Amino acid sequence: MKRHLLSAADLSRDDAELVLKTAEELRSLADRPIKKLPALRGRTVVNLFFEDSTRTRISFEAAAKRLSADVINFAAKGSSLSKGESLKDTALTLEAMGADAVVVRHSASGAPHRLANSGWVRSSVVNAGDGTHEHPTQALLDAFTMWRHLGSLDGRRVAIVGDVLHSRVARSNALLLRTLGAEVTLVSPPTLLPVGIEGWPVETSYDLDAVLPKADVVMMLRVQRERMHGGFFPTAREYSRRYGLDGRRMATLQDHTIVMHPGPMVRGMEITADVADSDRSVIVEQVTNGVAVRMAVLYLLLGGSQPAVSTEGLPE
Amino acid sequence: MPAPNAAPDATTDDGRTVLDARDIGRALTRISHEILERNKGASDLVLLGIPSRGVPLAERIAERIASVEGYDVPVGSLDVTMYRDDLRMKPARALLPTQIPSGGIDGRTVVLVDDVLFSGRTIRAALDALNDIGRPKAVRLAVLVDRGHRELPIRADFVGKNLPTSLVERVRVRLQGVDDVDAVTILGSTEGEGA
Amino acid sequence: MTTYLVKNVSVLGAEPTDLLLADGVVKEMGPGLSAESVSSVEPVETIDASGLIALPGLVDLHTHLREPGREDAETVESGTRAAALGGFTAVHAMANTEPVADTAGVVEQVWRLGREAGYCDVYPVGAVTVGLAGERLAELGAMADSAARVRVFSDDGKCVSDAVLMRRALEYVKAFDGVVAQHAQEPRLTEDAQMNEGELSGRLGLAGWPAVAEEAIIARDCLLAAHVGSRLHVCHVSTAGSVEIVRWAKSKGWDVTAEACPHHLLLTDELAATYDPIYKVNPPLRSATDAEALRAGLADGTIDIVATDHAPHPHEDKDCEWAAAAFGMLGLETALSIVQETMVDAGRLDWAGVAERMSYAPARIGRVDDHGRPIEVGAPANVVLYDPAARRTVEAAETASLSRNTPYAGMELPGRVVATFLRGKATVLDGKLT
Repeated sequence: MKRHLLSAADLSRDDAELVLKTAEELRSLADRPIKKLPALRGRTVVNLFFEDSTRTRISFEAAAKRLSADVINFAAKGSSLSKGESLKDTALTLEAMGADAVVVRHSASGAPHRLANSGWVRSSVVNAGDGTHEHPTQALLDAFTMWRHLGSLDGRRVAIVGDVLHSRVARSNALLLRTLGAEVTLVSPPTLLPVGIEGWPVETSYDLDAVLPKADVVMMLRVQRERMHGGFFPTAREYSRRYGLDGRRMATLQDHTIVMHPGPMVRGMEITADVADSDRSVIVEQVTNGVAVRMAVLYLLLGGSQPAVSTEGLPE
Repeated sequence: MPAPNAAPDATTDDGRTVLDARDIGRALTRISHEILERNKGASDLVLLGIPSRGVPLAERIAERIASVEGYDVPVGSLDVTMYRDDLRMKPARALLPTQIPSGGIDGRTVVLVDDVLFSGRTIRAALDALNDIGRPKAVRLAVLVDRGHRELPIRADFVGKNLPTSLVERVRVRLQGVDDVDAVTILGSTEGEGA
Repeated sequence: MTTYLVKNVSVLGAEPTDLLLADGVVKEMGPGLSAESVSSVEPVETIDASGLIALPGLVDLHTHLREPGREDAETVESGTRAAALGGFTAVHAMANTEPVADTAGVVEQVWRLGREAGYCDVYPVGAVTVGLAGERLAELGAMADSAARVRVFSDDGKCVSDAVLMRRALEYVKAFDGVVAQHAQEPRLTEDAQMNEGELSGRLGLAGWPAVAEEAIIARDCLLAAHVGSRLHVCHVSTAGSVEIVRWAKSKGWDVTAEACPHHLLLTDELAATYDPIYKVNPPLRSATDAEALRAGLADGTIDIVATDHAPHPHEDKDCEWAAAAFGMLGLETALSIVQETMVDAGRLDWAGVAERMSYAPARIGRVDDHGRPIEVGAPANVVLYDPAARRTVEAAETASLSRNTPYAGMELPGRVVATFLRGKATVLDGKLT
């Protein structure tokens, strides 16, 4: 594995499968009386969150602490006005404190790349979400969830529905699922698909109803109502009608198909309550899996003298 | 490389076979009886194999106990990777399965099962791992081979074969299920194997 | 003033000859000149220019000197020093300073600073609209009549997007033979845009800057200029579509000129994948197809000139995440080398063509009289001596600019400016400032 996890593309198939296998082992930790492993004792993990995100930060914090690492939380409101002085100066301060890993979430795409490549820090950089670029650990926990329910992802059809243009979850998932052998279809109104998407390793469709019956996994992305003001769709109602997952659409899914969402949901917009709360929905489980997957990532990056070298593949 | 005293029927490439499939079977049978004897029966026993090869050994012991006592002793596995004292000396290692039987280990007699006992560090790590899982009434250790050269005050309760070796030699255990054959061989290389 | 006897130099790549630069002009030109034959009370310095090329002093129609207001990034003095090292004897300083150069007072100040520094003649560009706000015309006439004699007007940095305002500006400057230089960027299509819109921008999660935002404005302005009978200059053309539109406008006989920047000739948008804002520029780096179209357009004259758009920025404005970084790259000291690399060494342009694109034509567009003249007896001695056979590695720390934001750091480029003469006075000798 590479020293930094900046993009889902940083993981080879072997690397990705190693993360998933490791996460599987670590998941059972939650059932033990002592939910701790000593593997990262003495290591310091810094959560550098420039964007509000309680759930992701808590997930990483829990992951680091369960591996006995010391955790330092830094939450900064990084507005576009405060420029990069925040990023660089903060990074230098953390380096002086001796961080082994920096988990960074930032509103600017590429901020983790700057951290990793600028020479400001020597630690491993884990991208916890940068602008509209990527969110690799989200893709890993999504893949892990799919694998637990469906087994091998080779040839599995995954539909990702929503605001692809602004979604880092969509980008990371498209890359990782491809690496693991799945077939990805992005479903979205034309205004919310990026120019040049023909070059991505995915199918695209404007027609949700046509895609749903063939899907093994349906992943709904959050769609902000504010996008209406950018003219991306005329009204929230029209968006829900054409691209929302409701009970009627859910009934067209195959028996084994699961419904996912990276959260937080805009209930009534892209997903209705009855779908979100149904048996098909694995949304709550995604959160649980998030801790195990992040533990796996931190362990594989920091647990040894250098990141893990992956070899074999996944068991079925 | 100095060749150890080769048995007439062993090839030099594969080393010297010290236990063949039948030897291993007999050793396991004897260990199973010893466990039952010491424990005065099969109740409250939990067998935990240390991956990779401790696990099939634990399963075979459980089978033998079942056929003798008519009782299914819970069997599981205990990966000790994260508790190793040399964790930071090599790149991060892949984890192996830890599967604790549903009854847990509190108040039970845990028998750790491994293929080779060597420095004792693996068992030390296993004891630390057990500590975070629960509080057994007692912990015992069963190994197929004890090759000596302990670096910690650890000893096995049940031993398949005592195998004095020199440090330049390597003990190689192969078991059906993980490998394609049952055999314990000694090779002349310097890399030590086992606990 | 020292007299310079330049021996064995190849003027525009022709057969080697000698030049005598004295009293601010090219006094004599021909083979076999010697120091003895020069009747001069001034000291005579002989320069052995074997292997060197002589070009007319380069004229940059698009530079940012940042003074007044952003002296932390560049001053007129430091910028003109960089210009001299790049072989320039005249630069047009864009108006987006603080305060904006939208009055006679500010343009005269900049002009005077240039004269005082003495490294390069500075021709200030006047803003088209007050404060670059795009609402009403600045006092273009006052700036034209000032000591700075402004002829080029531009809101560069921003686009004159209001069609009516652009029409008025095009009409108004006819009174004093001025030209509006448009920074073509439709503002609504490029709100918060970060890099060229294409497959890469989608993958990198950086907001895209579509080519049509530039092309639509250029098309509109060409039609407007033709309609009102005025001339138009298009700044930093960056896309293949823009080149085609300019070619079409010229084919109609319309008075449209266009410039291309060295970075758009050499670099492409793939560099953005590093997320290093050293590659962030307005207009953004485009695709390889666009760069190729620019080079072809520059070769066939559709693009009339090379202009640097030298845009210095202090370190902290580039040493950060992409979205927070300023747009712009340095350009004065590397322009000629890049033109040699992409055009001359590639066989698309000869040195006479370089003289046309980087000296004669920019001076014509800017209505500058004493620069951009062919090297001949009687012409002002604005001359560059250049060694095309040299190779050098660009070192960010070695620039004369106060800023370090060059995208070519570590790159090996051909050629080296050996000497620059501004009206016969050496501003650069042996590759170093005097």
